[in-house]
Amino acid sequence: MSWFNQIIAVTNMNLRTVLERSGSSLVVVIGIAGSVAVMVSLLAMAQGLNSTIASTGDDSRALILREGSDSELSSGISMQDINIIENSPGIMKFDEEPMVAAEIFTIIDLKKKGTEETSNLPLRGVQGMSFTIRPEFEIIEGVNFQPGTGQVIVGKGAADQYQGLEVGNEIDIRNSKWKVVGIFSTEGDVHESEVWADLTYTQGAFRRGASASVAIVKLEDDQSLDKLGIFVENDPRLKLKVERESDFYNNQSSGASSVINAFGYTVAVIMAIGALFAALNTMYSAVSTRLVEIGTLRAIGFQGSSVLFALMLESMILALFGGLLGSGIAYLMFNGYTVSTLAGGSFSQTSFAFAVTADIVRQGLILALVVGTFGGILPAWKASRQDITEALRAI
Amino acid sequence: MKYWTIVYAGLTRKKWRTILTISSIAIAFLLFGLLRSVAVAFTEEIDLAGDDRLVVMSKLSFIEPLPFSYWQRLKSIEGVKQVAHREWFGGTYQDRSNFFPKWPVPPKEYFEVYSNLIISEKEKNDFINTRTGMVVGKRLAERFNWKLGDKIPIMGDIYPKKDGEMLWTFDLVGIFSNPDNLNDEDQAFLNYYYFDEARAFGEGTIGNFVVQVDDKGNNERIAKEIDTMFANSSDETKTGTEASFSKMFASQIGDVGFIMNSILSAVFFTILLVTGNTMSQAIRERTSELAVFKTIGYLDSTILLLVLAESVILCLLGAIIGIGLALFLFFGGGLQDSLYGFFGDIVFKPSIVGSAALLALITAVVSGLPPALFAMRLKVVDALRRN
Repeated sequence: MSWFNQIIAVTNMNLRTVLERSGSSLVVVIGIAGSVAVMVSLLAMAQGLNSTIASTGDDSRALILREGSDSELSSGISMQDINIIENSPGIMKFDEEPMVAAEIFTIIDLKKKGTEETSNLPLRGVQGMSFTIRPEFEIIEGVNFQPGTGQVIVGKGAADQYQGLEVGNEIDIRNSKWKVVGIFSTEGDVHESEVWADLTYTQGAFRRGASASVAIVKLEDDQSLDKLGIFVENDPRLKLKVERESDFYNNQSSGASSVINAFGYTVAVIMAIGALFAALNTMYSAVSTRLVEIGTLRAIGFQGSSVLFALMLESMILALFGGLLGSGIAYLMFNGYTVSTLAGGSFSQTSFAFAVTADIVRQGLILALVVGTFGGILPAWKASRQDITEALRAI
Repeated sequence: MKYWTIVYAGLTRKKWRTILTISSIAIAFLLFGLLRSVAVAFTEEIDLAGDDRLVVMSKLSFIEPLPFSYWQRLKSIEGVKQVAHREWFGGTYQDRSNFFPKWPVPPKEYFEVYSNLIISEKEKNDFINTRTGMVVGKRLAERFNWKLGDKIPIMGDIYPKKDGEMLWTFDLVGIFSNPDNLNDEDQAFLNYYYFDEARAFGEGTIGNFVVQVDDKGNNERIAKEIDTMFANSSDETKTGTEASFSKMFASQIGDVGFIMNSILSAVFFTILLVTGNTMSQAIRERTSELAVFKTIGYLDSTILLLVLAESVILCLLGAIIGIGLALFLFFGGGLQDSLYGFFGDIVFKPSIVGSAALLALITAVVSGLPPALFAMRLKVVDALRRN
């Protein structure tokens, strides 16, 4: 029998007896499944947050912020500046109007569902042009707000996560009641975690005078961003900077999810070490209860190395099962599970859904295989080096 | 104690198995120590009487300013010792990666309220008397190699000056320290009066107030009095202790408690299975020995306790090593410092050790009981026949 056939034969025999040894084999499978499930869930969380933020923003739009600001919250722009910007080249027109919208980005404190403490809910004061610039915007329940009134519309994510944001409810903001008249979606991006109100009304309530936080601009073509940038830079009245909207949100996303990612990998590695000990334990006893079998195989001419490989294969196959089981559990429990968290620079809540992607599952399976390989190699080595007479004497 | 030899022999029968089992239990408790500390920091109930400083912020949100006129009204409340305030300046020193908080504060009152920050009388007076004055923590000064008299340029992001200029320059007039909490030394304080006069907008407003009380037993009453005082005005307030203010952010990270608990359950389910399996394997191998014990007159209950003792020793040793490792990572490995930036001040609570011990015992009993019962119910004849 060739070396390769020997491995197959021994592996086959091992696997057929796995069910008999189900108790200890299950320890390997479940130990690894636990580590993989934890890692996959945490990475899916980071991935969900990341892709929600990064999916916001479009190549054909630009954000104009105050020079030196890197978040909408710290930025500020006067309405005079907006009027100047409207004359810049490179801005697309809609019905003869330049597609520029001034927006306020601020925070209001409301309670999330099931909590007593308040959380920072982002509130955006928008102009009519804000909707034209964002074709992904869609009212999914109720109606849009009436300009100039204290009516608001609520993003789908915010409506899910917060108390009292259903259509028809009222929110208290500084001695006045703002009425929720609609729920909107923006194809799953961060704006769905926000409340939108009329810009002028927001300026009044939040004492912003004639100023906003940022301007959002629809660009004409590929060269427009540069044209707009040069225009802003050359006007001495403007202390502003222009950033492509997609770049802006890409920068925001990296910070927010890296902490969760780091945390996920750390916990998973520690758990994997624990699972490795468990796998070693199981494989050692699997080998010691099968000393006679192994001795017999060796006696009838199977090579030590093929026994070694077969045992390692067994451990890796068990590990792979564990990895699949763990990823499956994580997928069933968490994929699509929606939470909201305080996201990086905006100091406000972003709601997002866990996303178990193929790449994350692949990483989970790699972890499982690494644990399976290391868990199998030492016991297998010991078994393959076992003295045949010693082993058979155990009968 | 007379049974110790037997328990010891059982544990050392297969040294590798014992070491591996203890190691995997230790890993579980290491994770327990770390994750519980983080979760406790998020979810712990705030003791309102644990602090002699209260923070007053706008009810609307933490970024909404409060009127300057509130300052006098707060000072006049009975039981209030001193009131200071601070504002978030934002801004960047040279590069974005050089982040540290910069707070415009009233120089005199701030160091009275924060008497735990140590600064010389002379430097404090210089801060009071220098309009463009700035004082920084010792650790921050060392980080950037700053000396008294240096001019520190800060590029503003929220606040331009009245002339539209974004670059602010401050004079370093003092360095404070706080050996009890080095994280305090990572901040810079600016003279509020200069800041307020020079900023392009927001003049006459204040970020949030810090109220120092005479007796922290009155915290609840004073907090309520403050919020009632400004109720129904256009700037309503929300008052809590400093600890609750910093936890306001931590708790917003989200369903952390839920996620931590899910991880811990996964970890412990796994460990339970591993130890349970090891124990039952260890006992099954010894079936005939146990039968001999019974034959020579050991009571069933003694056998039960002997097996349980083994499992308790495994779990307790694992727990001690795991919690020890967690403590080492916390205090020796600088984990506390590195988590500070994200989670705030995370402390290793002694209560975690207590709950770890309890958990170790529960794990020991749950995983040790089935094999222990098997051993106890073993019929001598059957057991010997198995051979």
